[in-house]
Amino acid sequence: MLNMRAIDLVLWVIGAWIALGLLGILALHRFALVARVFFPLGAIGGLVLAFAAIRLLGSGMVDTKQLSLGLPQLPFHLRLDALSAFFLLVIGVASFGISLFAAGYFRAGEGTAPGLLCLEFHFFLASMALVLLADDAYAFMVAWESMALTSYFLVTANHRLPKIRAAGFLYLLIAHIGAIAILLCFGVLQANTGDYTFANMRVQNLSTFWASAAFLLAFFGFGAKAGILPLHVWLPEAHPAAPSPVSALMSGVMIKMAIYGLLRVTFDLLHLHIWWWGVVLLVLGLTTAIFGVIFAAVQVEMKRLLAYSSIENIGLLFTAMGLALLFRSYGMNTLAALALTACLYHVLGHALFKSLLFLTTGSVLHATGERNLGRLGGLIRFMPWVAWLALIGILASSGLPPFSGFVSEWLLLQSFLFTPGLPQPFLNMLIPIATASIALTAALAGYAMVKFFGVVFLGQPREEKLSEAHDAGVFEKIGMGWLALLTIGLGLAPNSILHLIDPVTRGLVGVGLAHPASANGWWLLTPTSMVRASYGPLYFLFGVVAAVVIAFVLVRLLYHARLRRSAPWGGGHPWRNSRMQDTAEGYGQPIRQIFEPFFHMDRHLPRPDDNEPEYHVVVTDKFWEGIYMPIARATEYISAKVGKLQQGRISIYLLYSFVTLIVILLLVPTARR
Amino acid sequence: MSRAFSQLISILTPILLAPLLLGWVNQMRAWLSNRRGPGVLQPYRMLHKLFNKDSVMADTASSLFRFAPYAVFGSMLLANAIIPTLSTDLPLASAADAIALVGLFALARIFISLAAMDIGTAFGTLGARREMLVGFLAEPALLTVLFSASLIGQSTALPTIVEAVAHKHFAIYPSLVFAGMAFILVFLAENARVPVDNPATHLELTMIHEAMILEYSGRHLALMEWAASLKLFAYSTLGIALFLPWGIGQKATPSSLLLALPSLALKLALIGIVLALVETFSAKLRIFRVPEFLATAFLLGVIGMLTHILLGA
Amino acid sequence: MTTLSIQLVNLFAAFLLLLAFAMLAQRRVLTLVNLYALQGLTVVAATTVVAHMTHQEHLYYSAILTLLLKVILIPWVLHRLIKRLNVRWDIETLINIPSTMLVGIVLVVFAFNLALPISKLSTSVVPGTLGIALACILLSFMMMITRSKALPQVIGFLAMENALFFAATSATYGMPMVVELGIALDVLVGVFILGVFLFQISEQFESLDIRNLENLKEE
Repeated sequence: MLNMRAIDLVLWVIGAWIALGLLGILALHRFALVARVFFPLGAIGGLVLAFAAIRLLGSGMVDTKQLSLGLPQLPFHLRLDALSAFFLLVIGVASFGISLFAAGYFRAGEGTAPGLLCLEFHFFLASMALVLLADDAYAFMVAWESMALTSYFLVTANHRLPKIRAAGFLYLLIAHIGAIAILLCFGVLQANTGDYTFANMRVQNLSTFWASAAFLLAFFGFGAKAGILPLHVWLPEAHPAAPSPVSALMSGVMIKMAIYGLLRVTFDLLHLHIWWWGVVLLVLGLTTAIFGVIFAAVQVEMKRLLAYSSIENIGLLFTAMGLALLFRSYGMNTLAALALTACLYHVLGHALFKSLLFLTTGSVLHATGERNLGRLGGLIRFMPWVAWLALIGILASSGLPPFSGFVSEWLLLQSFLFTPGLPQPFLNMLIPIATASIALTAALAGYAMVKFFGVVFLGQPREEKLSEAHDAGVFEKIGMGWLALLTIGLGLAPNSILHLIDPVTRGLVGVGLAHPASANGWWLLTPTSMVRASYGPLYFLFGVVAAVVIAFVLVRLLYHARLRRSAPWGGGHPWRNSRMQDTAEGYGQPIRQIFEPFFHMDRHLPRPDDNEPEYHVVVTDKFWEGIYMPIARATEYISAKVGKLQQGRISIYLLYSFVTLIVILLLVPTARR
Repeated sequence: MSRAFSQLISILTPILLAPLLLGWVNQMRAWLSNRRGPGVLQPYRMLHKLFNKDSVMADTASSLFRFAPYAVFGSMLLANAIIPTLSTDLPLASAADAIALVGLFALARIFISLAAMDIGTAFGTLGARREMLVGFLAEPALLTVLFSASLIGQSTALPTIVEAVAHKHFAIYPSLVFAGMAFILVFLAENARVPVDNPATHLELTMIHEAMILEYSGRHLALMEWAASLKLFAYSTLGIALFLPWGIGQKATPSSLLLALPSLALKLALIGIVLALVETFSAKLRIFRVPEFLATAFLLGVIGMLTHILLGA
Repeated sequence: MTTLSIQLVNLFAAFLLLLAFAMLAQRRVLTLVNLYALQGLTVVAATTVVAHMTHQEHLYYSAILTLLLKVILIPWVLHRLIKRLNVRWDIETLINIPSTMLVGIVLVVFAFNLALPISKLSTSVVPGTLGIALACILLSFMMMITRSKALPQVIGFLAMENALFFAATSATYGMPMVVELGIALDVLVGVFILGVFLFQISEQFESLDIRNLENLKEE
């Protein structure tokens, strides 16, 4: 088993996942079996996947294989290179934690039958892995579409709620529009040769125009899946609607498949790189990041908050990719590798901490039945495990040292600081603005995350029933603990991750950073040179911990004052209650005020003389009103017109068919000539 | 040996001198408003008193509340350890560069805000919200200031920046004009100084920092206060390192320390006087003018980076 | 032509840009006048350095002229105007200040791109300053647009003239003396005329809010 080729190992895992899904069908309503046996087995699959990926990244080889599946004469071409392997690693490590959590999470009698969930869940995992293996457009599209479909079914697991059905529909719609663009992109890439294998696309020399067309199509198609502005609207609807492990999988892993796709097309399949592609990615990525984080800060529902935070992170990933493309187009490959490394590091880091945060919301949801931030609070007293694990997640998500989010942000900022070497003065001037936007995004992410953690876990419970909340179960704890552990590890040992990323950037831009980065010892991250910049997370952690411990010990040794408990100071008010804390709306109020032009706000303020004052504010996306509603109305208008064709009389329909036949027969001879 | 010694000195100096700097600023403020003032040693007496007192903790406080003062104190201490105060020969500075320094400040801020929200009173959450409001603009502003400097030194490592400005051939950097202005604004906001916050009052309408540590008492409060003075010290020495670096030694030899220490004391005293003057002459801003104030700092930082690239200097 | 003088000119250019942004962000009329005086002083300093660097004596004269006119006389007139018209209170801007500054940054980038080809042709040793001068002109213009009171607009106009003067000195080592004298006289006369106008406006409408002028249009 262990000396199998990596690609075979991966295929075995995919096969095992599919088999587990089918077994789920057989045990449709046997909840205990599905939850306690099938899901943990699936988790082991994730671990094997990660193992295979690491082994391939270590060997630096490329495995290929042909599977004669599907249509005759059209086999699946499969290929496992470093880029695929890295994303397989992401799937593997994240899905291990998520599957274990799911084993404890799904409850009997909720929405879809457990066996069906098991089928959809494991098919979803398998199709994501297959997307990464695909080496021709046919296999890619099959895997891509089944990924979209299975995730659609997972989103609508609670399909009895109309709101969830609507969210699922929106998701499916945008996913398909994106898929069409991807298909067209492959059509351009094969350059009329009729051969849809990626190997053929690699050798085509496209003209600037067609290469740009392919890039824009890929950007649109994969951007729709990732949630780039203005195609992001499905994300804050679909992620909260799905059950938490599924949200974790979608937010943590699935949207990264879009990143993979865009990397594959731009850096692998296309040879030409034009500077404005990078600018497009950079500008749209930054806009998306700032937009996402501002919206995250004003959300009042915990999963929506995290969904918007995912949009922010996707924006950062696109920014890094754009910068890499920009460097690449000017032949500055070392810098391109630096930006790409930042991108890939963040892919892995975000997959872990965002999954972790979504899983904690799942535990909170189960313990309290509430997803509205305004009705939560004080949960650190009742669910300490979940709270402390969530703390790790929010610290990483805020980009704070020594956690994983900081490393990727640090690498990204480093690559921006190198930029003044670009030959175009205009681009050089954009850089300070871009750098500052990234800094602003990171700081705002901190705001949103403090809001999330503070309102959910700190303070006093805002509702009576919260005091009955219970901590997560064993499976859930292990799942979240695994993700938290990796998040910490990723923050502390950046060089070992850089060794995994090294073959990927070597494959894409020809330069790897692992060697210079660890030239000054494995504990010190020096992407270019020691003088230029260095970051030693272990030192860092050691410094903070040592300071904390010494302070603690000294205070305890020198002073013997005791500790008393009493009621908090209420500012002289005779009574105080938990409703006097900031609500989620209140916490977001400064952001709402400062960034007012961003929001579409529906506000109702009470008058001072109201006896029963009522306050409500609903913040919505301007894009929805501005872009989507007009399109929807236009579509409705056109379909109404088209609908007139539908008469209901059979003879009319037959007439349509007849006319069509005549037209085609008329056209055939012209086509011959 | 010299390196470890220099590192030790640069940790001990802030711990010991930070309360003195705070006392000096307070004393100057008192003199400027025609009061006699409590003397420059008052913060030490205060810390001593607080450490000896019993700590009274709200019955709703969780373990995070007790942990936070240590975390805040530890981060501030590390922040001081990586800023070149007396010499640029700091082993710990390779662990954390300018970006990580900002991260450290942010880490402390997040812990103090979370601790403030932990009790669940209106004051705590109010303070936390305002602190994060100040933070989300001050943090990127500080980063842009540091980037303006690091573009000059071609490095984000603080010792390298200092050496580039202080020890290479003398040059005037126009971008530092902008960065300096931005830094002063950030300095005032981050250390809860007058135009943004007033450390001397407990008025609900205006307080930020005091609202957050309202529930702390005894040794926890002492750590928080000490951490605040360490933060003031860190910002002052950072300002010195970026804008007035002359006198900071390269190696931690006794002779260079002898030269560096008085120059550091002189510069800190000067900063204290300027700070007290600014605080005396300016009026407290309304809380909704604060974002504007900080946005100005942020944009000045951006313009600083721009001028560097544009003027090529 | 020492490097030090070049750096000094660059420094003063940066100061000018800083002052232009400060004026853009300033709400108080009195501070605005003081900033204007400071701007004049910076231009004087820059001109002196350029004069010293290029050994052009007429630049010393224009420096002295600027000092007398723009640092002493006009601010003094403006201070008197403020006192007489009693308009010392804060002024609200039409657009909020951070957004104004954001637009300002865009203008700076734009100005630099515009100046880039010109400064490549220029013989000046300090090519970057032309972009800054251009940016200052645009920023002063921007300040005039965003203010609703007449006095800040006058100051914006004067600041624009300062920036133009700086552009002339730094890029082409000054205009001929005759032109300079003419412009200086124009500015002086302009300030007096504007002063008279302001009096008239404030008597007519009992306010300096230029939005009142909208009523003058034909119905």
